[in-house]
Amino acid sequence: MSEWPLWEVFIRSQHGLAHRHVGSLHAPTSEMAVCNARDVYTRRNEGVSIWVVKSADISASEPNNKDMLFEPSHDKIFRHPTFYDLPDDVDYM
Amino acid sequence: MYSQVIDEQPVSSDELNAQEALFQEKIDNDIKIEPRDWMPDGYRKTLIRQISQHAHSEIVGMLPEGKWLTRAPSLTRKSILLAKVQDEGGHGLYLYSAAETLGVTRDEMYLALHSGKAKYSSIFNYPTLTWADIGVIGWLVDGAAIMNQVPLQRCSYGPYARAMVRICKEESFHQRQGFEMLITLCKGKPVQKAMAQDALNRWWWPSLMMFGPPDADSVHSAQSMRWKIKMNGNDELRQKFVDVCVPQAELLGLTIPDNKIIWNEEWQQHDFGEVNWDEFYNVLKGNGVCNRERLKARVDAWEDGAWVRDAAKAYAVKRQRSSSL
Repeated sequence: MSEWPLWEVFIRSQHGLAHRHVGSLHAPTSEMAVCNARDVYTRRNEGVSIWVVKSADISASEPNNKDMLFEPSHDKIFRHPTFYDLPDDVDYM
Repeated sequence: MYSQVIDEQPVSSDELNAQEALFQEKIDNDIKIEPRDWMPDGYRKTLIRQISQHAHSEIVGMLPEGKWLTRAPSLTRKSILLAKVQDEGGHGLYLYSAAETLGVTRDEMYLALHSGKAKYSSIFNYPTLTWADIGVIGWLVDGAAIMNQVPLQRCSYGPYARAMVRICKEESFHQRQGFEMLITLCKGKPVQKAMAQDALNRWWWPSLMMFGPPDADSVHSAQSMRWKIKMNGNDELRQKFVDVCVPQAELLGLTIPDNKIIWNEEWQQHDFGEVNWDEFYNVLKGNGVCNRERLKARVDAWEDGAWVRDAAKAYAVKRQRSSSL
């Protein structure tokens, strides 16, 4: 028997914030996934909005490629404001 | 959207007004408007115009600085400038994406920019003549942008506000690298300091124009402020900018090219001279020094890059075909 597709659930916890991934669940349709997500993930007022996305539709980076992907930004310390020494009496910068 | 309602039954203006009143109440209570929420047509249209103009400015803003990438005086300065220009491309992307949540497509926005229909900030139609211009742009142009963008982090439209949070975080490095470069130039040889002064002379007034025309002449301000998609008056931000810049110029040992700047004890702020608004409107109309050059560079980049987009599309089609076999 083929099981229902897996859905990733994203909840906006309060007005103004972005949706965050909270978990996943199985459901036959996107509507049912939203209903189930409501029942499972917002029982204690956790959210004001729900997104569901089929897990199969998410493309992700390979954990094994972590170094290759993210290491090059380690030595680019000039991208951070603290790289630049300014006199103490410069305000608002 | 709303046209569906017309198919069913006409909405009385009372009902519409009730909807608008509810909308305004949300905004007054600082509740963010999100893409799927009901919003007045005017709010949507104004935001699309505002956010896409903002995005265009980031994209065109890469051009004046891009010219100096190959002319940077050291490898460090080159890496820094490259990182800054990269950031601006990213800022353009965040903003285009925020605008797309309002129902406008990326292609529509590009087309409006490339045809000259859409505007971008007047500041990017001025030429970058020397290396010191890069320092002054970081200090003044990014400084003015920050002053305008920080309050927008609290604006009423969720996707725009969240894009602003990210942008402001990255923008701080832009301003600091510019100011630090100017400190270096001003501590250098007299000719280097003179170069910094010359850049300040040319960029000061155009930077003040970035805040837009005086509030009295600003057409849409009142409604936009009620909708909280404009958080401060143009004159208010301009004044704040002048007050912040005066001591910074003193620290550099540079002179702001305005002999009317003087501390006003009574108002606890600086008096300053009148901006040449004829020049501002003339640049907006397309008659600035670099308007044509900027637009041409943008259109050329788009057209010369067509083969890359075509190749990527062809590759996607090929992969789809092989996976369906």
